[in-house]
Amino acid sequence: MRLSIASVLTVGLIAFSSASFAAGGAGQKITDYDFSFDGMLGAYDQAQLQRGFQVYEAVCSGCHGMKHVAFRTLADENGPGFSDAAVKAIAANYEVADDEGNPGDTRPGKPFDYFPTPDVGGNPPDMSLLAKARNGGADYIYSLLLGYTGEEKELGDVTLYENSAYGGYLNMAPPLYGDDVEYADGTDTSLEQVSADISAFLMWAAEPKLVERKQAGVWSMTFLIFFATLVWFTNRKVWAKIKHPENHS
Amino acid sequence: MGTIPQEHYEPKEGTTSKWINDRLPIMGMIDHLQKFPTPKNLNYAYVFGGILVLFLVIQIVTGITLAMHYQTGEASAFNSVEHIMRDVNYGWLLRYAHANGASFFFIAVYAHIFRGLYYGSYKAPREILWIIGVLIFVVMMATAFMGYVLPWGQMSFWGAKVITSLFGAIPLVGESLKEWLWGGPYVGDATLNRMFSLHYLLPFVIAGLTVLHIWALHHVGNTNPTGVEVRKESLETVKKDTVPFTPFYITKDLFAILVFLIAFAFFVYFAPNYLGHPDNYIEANPLATPAHIVPEWYFLPFYAILRAITFDFLWIIPAKLGGVLAMFGAIAVLAFIPWLDTSNVRSTTYRPIYRWWFLVLVIDFFVLMWAGGQPAEGIVPLVSLLATIYWFAHFLIVLPVVGLIEKPLPRPETIEQAFKDKHDHSDDASSGPTADASVQPAE
Repeated sequence: MRLSIASVLTVGLIAFSSASFAAGGAGQKITDYDFSFDGMLGAYDQAQLQRGFQVYEAVCSGCHGMKHVAFRTLADENGPGFSDAAVKAIAANYEVADDEGNPGDTRPGKPFDYFPTPDVGGNPPDMSLLAKARNGGADYIYSLLLGYTGEEKELGDVTLYENSAYGGYLNMAPPLYGDDVEYADGTDTSLEQVSADISAFLMWAAEPKLVERKQAGVWSMTFLIFFATLVWFTNRKVWAKIKHPENHS
Repeated sequence: MGTIPQEHYEPKEGTTSKWINDRLPIMGMIDHLQKFPTPKNLNYAYVFGGILVLFLVIQIVTGITLAMHYQTGEASAFNSVEHIMRDVNYGWLLRYAHANGASFFFIAVYAHIFRGLYYGSYKAPREILWIIGVLIFVVMMATAFMGYVLPWGQMSFWGAKVITSLFGAIPLVGESLKEWLWGGPYVGDATLNRMFSLHYLLPFVIAGLTVLHIWALHHVGNTNPTGVEVRKESLETVKKDTVPFTPFYITKDLFAILVFLIAFAFFVYFAPNYLGHPDNYIEANPLATPAHIVPEWYFLPFYAILRAITFDFLWIIPAKLGGVLAMFGAIAVLAFIPWLDTSNVRSTTYRPIYRWWFLVLVIDFFVLMWAGGQPAEGIVPLVSLLATIYWFAHFLIVLPVVGLIEKPLPRPETIEQAFKDKHDHSDDASSGPTADASVQPAE
């Protein structure tokens, strides 16, 4: 028996990592939605990001801020890709803290500002990184939006809502019901579609460089595989006269 | 320079090389490194040292660049990491390469350690080489732990709090020690700042130790899969057992490095957060404890050992202190194995009994890793305890005892012979493998 230590370690590591991955999310029902950005070559669907932003603006932004996302990034080519004029108009819709005025003063947002955090109770999480801060990512958000069972319970003066993706009761009332917005491009506004759009938008908000990353990855992997192949042949040639001196004498 | 005879460096008269070398023998040193006689029969288990040097460089280069944009401090750390991810040119690449680089650094170091254990790389005359390696491993763990605190996410904060609180278990001075580490009565700005400061310092300590590690290696020479030493009597015998490092191990190590980098690149570009924890994308909140505080995967075996001790030991050592001692002991025991191993055979390949125990140790390591990642409930505490007991028993009982009772298999006479038997198939019928014919006397 010859033990290859590297192979034992590799197999062990893979076994371990799949075990740890399976451990996350007991009691949670998460649907694997087929997003356009899934897979090694996946990219954001610009129209979907624009629709998702519309949902954020119409519904989510009432409670959830995005303090790490600047309005200017809405114009990103690999993101929602809004025009500069549209970005200016969007920013102006939000009241942001005016650092030059008195404490508490606000002014209309400018493209370089960040999405403000609404002043509401209940401690709603900031949405900038939500899609990376939950097991399951965008799939989790999508499943959560579709996961309300209709069961409610009262805890003191707070109403809690049962959700199968959350795996219990949470204090966010169902935010979407379908037909919450009207899309300019005529896409249907079923609960599934609207949920998928906002989930995709939040993935972009959390990982705006995903498309650049995957593109760079394809180039890097291609280069590394090509280079490794060349070095493999070089190495074989270099060693030939040592391993088989009879052919080289 | 070393104990292996090597051709002396003689620069030509009148050259710049000679001028420099007469004043600082650096040209001679480069020549020594380039032509270092390396056993010709090294297999791919021997590539991880080179990979580790590369990853130390990757971590230092990406780390220094990240530090140009990172802002330490409770209020700014998390924001500055997002600034790096969103606004700094290729900041996402720097950060993902650095975070996954730590994981791949540990994959390589574990492979390197288990290779050393399998081929008896710790045995005389390589005890100091091995102990420096253990020290590097300890400093690496400290560095990685502090680095994970810097993004100041939920796992950063709670990981820092849990691990530094361990020092509170030390009798008498524990509480004061903990406050001294924190820089105050709680984990906050002062804690984060010192973690950053030390996280920047320690990689250079690793680099220094690595220089010593490689210096010791070049003094005593590499081990090899047969465990049979290079014949050091003369330049002639050395040449029969070895090849110069350049070009033979340059091309071989480079190939291995590229294959390793392909796996690394896959994670960096296509699954950059797979080895991380989602909770660390939530900013640190001292008022909200995460459901499961789990360290990074590479700490899990030792985390499992820490949690395995749930009882007061010998009625004197409380469980918490027992766990801390077991965790540090599990690493410290490695430093003593050159003297715990009683076998006079270096390579496990020729050790019919120990070979199986080695396999048990590898499995034990992964069992501990699994147990460390699970909530401490159900069967997990028992599994952790048994696996912890084996970890110590392996080094303190199996290693000394098996060496005394085992009858080793015949080993090849020389590296030259072993290499020839493996690669020369032209006269298989006449000679046959020499390994069976000649038994090397005990060393």
